[in-house]
Amino acid sequence: MSILVDRNTRIVVQGITGKEGTFHAEQCIAYGSKVVAGVTPGKGGAVHLGVPVFDTVREAVDKAGANASLIFVPPAFAADAILEAADAGVSVIVCISEGIPTLDMMRVKLALRGRPVRMIGPNCPGVISPGKCKMGIMPGFVHKEGCIGVISRSGTLTYEAVWQLTKLGLGQSTCIGIGGDPIVGSSFIDLLKLFKDDPETDGVVLIGEIGGSAEEEAAAWIAANMRKPVAAFIAGRTAPPGRRMGHAGAIIAGGKGTAGEKIAALRAAGIAVADSPADIGKAMQSLL
Amino acid sequence: MKIHEYQAKELLRRFGVPVPAGRVAFTLEEAEAAARELAGRVVVKAQIHAGGRGKGGGVKLAASVEEAVAHARAILGMTLVTHQTGPAGRLVKKVLVEEASAIARELYLGVVVDRAAECIVIMGSTEGGVEIEKAAAETPEKIIKVAVDPATGMQPFHARRLAFGLGLTGDLFKPATALMSSLYRAFVELDASLVEINPLIVTQDGRILALDAKLNLDDNALFRHPELAELRDLDEEEPLEIEAGKHHLNYIKLDGEVGCMVNGAGLAMATMDIIKLAGSSPANFLDVGGGASVERVAAAFRILTSDPNVKVVFINIFGGIVRCDRVAGGVIEACRQVHVSVPMVVRLEGTNRDQAKEMLKESGLNLIVSEGDLSDAAQKVVAALER
Repeated sequence: MSILVDRNTRIVVQGITGKEGTFHAEQCIAYGSKVVAGVTPGKGGAVHLGVPVFDTVREAVDKAGANASLIFVPPAFAADAILEAADAGVSVIVCISEGIPTLDMMRVKLALRGRPVRMIGPNCPGVISPGKCKMGIMPGFVHKEGCIGVISRSGTLTYEAVWQLTKLGLGQSTCIGIGGDPIVGSSFIDLLKLFKDDPETDGVVLIGEIGGSAEEEAAAWIAANMRKPVAAFIAGRTAPPGRRMGHAGAIIAGGKGTAGEKIAALRAAGIAVADSPADIGKAMQSLL
Repeated sequence: MKIHEYQAKELLRRFGVPVPAGRVAFTLEEAEAAARELAGRVVVKAQIHAGGRGKGGGVKLAASVEEAVAHARAILGMTLVTHQTGPAGRLVKKVLVEEASAIARELYLGVVVDRAAECIVIMGSTEGGVEIEKAAAETPEKIIKVAVDPATGMQPFHARRLAFGLGLTGDLFKPATALMSSLYRAFVELDASLVEINPLIVTQDGRILALDAKLNLDDNALFRHPELAELRDLDEEEPLEIEAGKHHLNYIKLDGEVGCMVNGAGLAMATMDIIKLAGSSPANFLDVGGGASVERVAAAFRILTSDPNVKVVFINIFGGIVRCDRVAGGVIEACRQVHVSVPMVVRLEGTNRDQAKEMLKESGLNLIVSEGDLSDAAQKVVAALER
């Protein structure tokens, strides 16, 4: 099994006719994902990449049976796109767009509260259940079907960690990049809960970075709730305070959010934290 | 994005937050004119993007116009060193000349986005004037935190809680709650990421004033505030970082000796970390982003190697959508355009890795290509340093 996406996931791509949307929709289709529709307001009726294009997400749901939305729209329009997808009733929303204002995401999160939808991102590589469905921009070939769940705030560092797992023969059930922004659709805990209940996930790799307190909260939740083994890595031990390290959310503010604090919290919860980014796969392997 | 105190006060004034009368001055003449206009006692405050200015000698009280001019002469052009500037300090190019206030009480007021609660939080403390981080760590019970539901925005009860909590009662109550509501409105309408009034004062004649103001803006929201984007002060930024920004490179200068070029922010941080673990230290953070074109790679090389501390360059690319052969092509072409005199270690992994390595070998360039994992590459970097 897997979480969030699988062979039954029917993807609508919002912004499918744009440059990014076209490129990545094509890659998802090539991987074997079911991309059933695209949405570009004003281009309804067109066929793009062999996929019908609609003016609204609601039409994509009603006419093409889409149940998940992958979003590639400019940041100024992303909040609207997310809310449109939620309103249309898809159950999974993955927003790749980078650069959404924090206060927009704050309002979006509030609007999604209580709805039967799980949002991933923004500013993320997306979700993949290897061999079943790729809903994002990650390179499919580094993944391998298996029993390890991966949750990460990063993009390329996730590919690095997944590649280490794959080379060690440790396939993955589902890999999720939750995004590098201060406010994201799903937290580590939201996804740990799903992995905990997934019978085919045997262990979880958690990749965090400086900024905020999501890793500390995850550590506390794991200590109290999780029996499956968890390995982790935290990027940014050498990052200077007060500077935003690429991701909008990667900043040590007021002395809080350091890698040291996060590593200590994770270790205190019994989680195997790799000291080196070269040893993330081995840290997981040692627990199995 | 950070802005200056004088800019923050001007913005807050528009939202109805009471701030002292003042003028920014870039020259002695302007400082003199400002002091003359304000009459009476004034404060001359260095305008740099760093805290701790008072302790560093960048804030002076003057009883007369002559004294104000003398202070402005001392502060304008000085290199101000504070705990936030680092040892190199910051050159002061402007001062804020402001009416002096007779302080009866000093308080703290801050507005931030609470990432965990996913809402705006307003914090107040009776321990004004000091570092709030210190107060938060040592006397958390003295901090009043009010979380605002984004659905309703700030309500009068939020302001009341803060005002009563800070002892702003009686005649102070109304202006205090009005100030708090104004501050919240400013935060939301400006798309701020932080507003700090430290100190918020009660004057001896019973007025409330924002004596200092710090306002950071959400970079991601600047597209809808072009007038705020113009408040950016390039003098406050590292020249190499400005240059990098022009090429869409995310670069942060550090003080180590290994110049890093990496794709992706997380991997770039992890690369810095592994250099440290291997026994050296990174000279920078650099994320070349998704499209590692020849132009971008060449620009990255120019920026990396213009830092005299850089003794070796480490290129660490995990090819996903960006193919390694494309990156290798960019590196080879960039090496023809930019002369790099220090050793270069290259580690390529992911899409089309083998083709890329072949290309690098055939290029005849003097590159050290890592065949192993990330730690092998880091070892090669350190070995190249020692040679």
